[in-house]
Amino acid sequence: MQIRPILATLKHHKAGTLLIAMQIALTLAIVCNALFIIRQRVSHLSQPSGVDEANVLVVLNEWAGKPSPGEIASLMAADVDTLRRLPGVADAYASNTYPLSGGGIAFGIGHSPDKLKPVSTTAIYFADQDALPTLGLKLVAGRNFRADEIGQVDRHGDIQPGAIIVTRGLADRLFPDGSALGKTAYISRQPSTIVGIVERLQSPWVDSGMAEWADCSTLVPYRQLTAATRYVLRVRPGQLEDVRRHVRAALYAANRMRVISPKDGVRTFAEIRADAYKSDRGMAILMGVISVVLLAITAAGIVGLSSFWVGQRRKQIGVRRALGATRHDILGYFLTENLLISTVGVLVGSVLALGLNLWLMKQFELARIAPGYVVAGVVVLLLLGQGAVLAPALRASRVPPVEATRSV
Amino acid sequence: MFAYYLDLALRSLRRSPGLTALMVLAIGFGVAASMTTWSVFRAVSGDPIPWKSSRLFVPQLDIWGPDSRKKGGYDDIADAFDYTDAVALMRDHRGKLQSAMYQVSPSVVPADATKHPINVTGHAVFGEFFPMVEAPFKYGSGWGAQDDANRAHVVVLSDKLNQKLFGDVNSVGRSVSIEGKDYRVAGVVAKWNPQPRYYDVVNTGGFVGDGAEDVFLPFNTAIDVGMPNNGNTNCSEIPKGSGFVGLQQSTCVWIAYMVELDSAADVDSYRNYLDGYMRQQKQAGRFNWAPKYELRDLPAWLDSEHVVPDDTKVSLLVALGLLIVCLVNTAGLLLAKFLRRSGEIGVRRALGAPRAAVYAQFLTEAGIVGAAGGVLGLLLTGAGVACVGWVLPKDIAALARLDVSLLATTLLLAVVATVLAGLYPTWRASRVQPAWQLKSN
Repeated sequence: MQIRPILATLKHHKAGTLLIAMQIALTLAIVCNALFIIRQRVSHLSQPSGVDEANVLVVLNEWAGKPSPGEIASLMAADVDTLRRLPGVADAYASNTYPLSGGGIAFGIGHSPDKLKPVSTTAIYFADQDALPTLGLKLVAGRNFRADEIGQVDRHGDIQPGAIIVTRGLADRLFPDGSALGKTAYISRQPSTIVGIVERLQSPWVDSGMAEWADCSTLVPYRQLTAATRYVLRVRPGQLEDVRRHVRAALYAANRMRVISPKDGVRTFAEIRADAYKSDRGMAILMGVISVVLLAITAAGIVGLSSFWVGQRRKQIGVRRALGATRHDILGYFLTENLLISTVGVLVGSVLALGLNLWLMKQFELARIAPGYVVAGVVVLLLLGQGAVLAPALRASRVPPVEATRSV
Repeated sequence: MFAYYLDLALRSLRRSPGLTALMVLAIGFGVAASMTTWSVFRAVSGDPIPWKSSRLFVPQLDIWGPDSRKKGGYDDIADAFDYTDAVALMRDHRGKLQSAMYQVSPSVVPADATKHPINVTGHAVFGEFFPMVEAPFKYGSGWGAQDDANRAHVVVLSDKLNQKLFGDVNSVGRSVSIEGKDYRVAGVVAKWNPQPRYYDVVNTGGFVGDGAEDVFLPFNTAIDVGMPNNGNTNCSEIPKGSGFVGLQQSTCVWIAYMVELDSAADVDSYRNYLDGYMRQQKQAGRFNWAPKYELRDLPAWLDSEHVVPDDTKVSLLVALGLLIVCLVNTAGLLLAKFLRRSGEIGVRRALGAPRAAVYAQFLTEAGIVGAAGGVLGLLLTGAGVACVGWVLPKDIAALARLDVSLLATTLLLAVVATVLAGLYPTWRASRVQPAWQLKSN
């Protein structure tokens, strides 16, 4: 295939060539970064929480009438009892929060009580001996809490646990040599002994500020006696919907001095997950839609402009055919022409894509784009260009030689 | 003449329906994507109190020192107040109007004994809060400095809570039971839910959807009765005492603070005051690092708190990128379309049409494409804004609205952008040499 005649032709269509190349470059730059954002968001929202999500329900309960901490303690115990009697419920416990809830307490945890020198930040989950089996957490070392270890604390009360259970992620940060079990760590002025390690338990927060600590959680053996109580329920397989329908009425029947929102007072983990990652999913969808529209418009633009060029050059094509060029030659000509323009486009586009990524990194805490995305984008756009030009090029190859003898 | 160009343009567009449809689609999608994301951006980046935002200031004091900043990984100093400093600044009272505030969530017991208590949200504030943020009152008013000093049991209710408790009547002077104590209603705030909730963005993150605040109580009274803070608490060390009283004695930050300063001179003297205050604290031996403070006006404060989510900005940028690609695309297609008619242009020019006439003709054609794209864009923007709740958090999606200005901007953007994209192709068309075209025909 002769490149030189193609270049000579393109010189006559400088503006059109430039516009197509520019369009390809911009499309590549945007699509690469959009794909990268999609990939990041998808990997973020598919992080495992460590919870047996298919069989866990959460009830958001607020006490009305300002019961005292002592009253709350007995109300909570009565509620947990009521919940366990409910058909379909396998286990239950009360806590301050649960993974992906968006609210809770975070502490610094370290090797000394000095708050300014923590090793890590950790989410604090109030738990009792039933927390691990209810959430379905996997204990990889040590033991669960004992019933006699569970303390009580009111809203601004001191939390000074003697025993804590941490996630493996946190254990490895505190003791990189893997010897965390039985060692002490500080979340208060008192040392706490790590009595158990669970495989994974995600923190309540999913935003980027907490991403670094997503798998650093600590279970403390306390019941929190405040107006807001979260009951976590484990249901028997297949009974999630049944329990969900009845649990609110059952609690109200036991005691009316409470508020459980009819709208979102009882939540399945699927709903909790969907809610927590709504903006991530939304961003991924938005970027996906924009990428598809961009690629479609660029493809359509190539079809449009190539068709026009083919129409304009019918006579020349006829002449070439008359001089002995095969259909194949004509087809090859237009494909090569497009490949040349696309190559220039993707080269410029790759630089633009990296530049755009750098700029986004500086402005918006975005990560550095992996080169694979640019390579993938280049391949996609080259294929897109060839695919788009195929129809007009085929039409060109069907121009009969006799066209040479006709005037326009 | 315009009617003639219109006719020419329509004929030309009809001659190649595929190309025309392509251009209209491109413009429509590009404009709709930009306007939909713009509607969200506009909603979240709006100034909640534009006539006054440059006179409202948020002070920040560096009570934790440089170590805490290193630990946090960000550069800013504590973005809320501890109790000691909030009370000291209120006592010194150096601004025109000012208020310390913290978020509360008390339960209110309706007078009707058959009804259940309700949990409400609100803020404990000083009386100057209401004139400072210009809260609109439906009945009554806020409370005065005397009530603050006396720890009076007064309350300002939201319109919604007032309706729930008393029905839609003027309840000023009546009594409400909050956390088991009686409070006298001083005023009822008319429907008021500024977005972002600028007076306390630390606790709300800025946007709180439809959840207007139910109650406002005097700060001192709330402290007095031990009504705990329901918002964020950030600590650099573990409080020594326990409970809410322990929190008040600690260096934990949990109180928002805002001050109104009406002139540049007032701002300067307030800065001097803060500087002096921090120096004095250092001299008193409270800390050993260089005294540091910030005083930001409201727009700068909202910016430093990242009230506009990054996602919103990135979406808008990407959508604008899409629009640019659509315009480049349209420019290319228009170029092809216009130059295809070189013969026609040649004839018109040879018959005496000036270049200006060629300009008018082709820009009209571009304008028509733009207008058609704009109409399509309007429909798509409507659909986009309706679907925005599908991809964005509720609180933010609820703020995006279709209004006349958005629709007008959409149409205008489409036409202007397309005409701009048509400028180069038109210029090329106007350069066509009549003689050459006539000869080749």
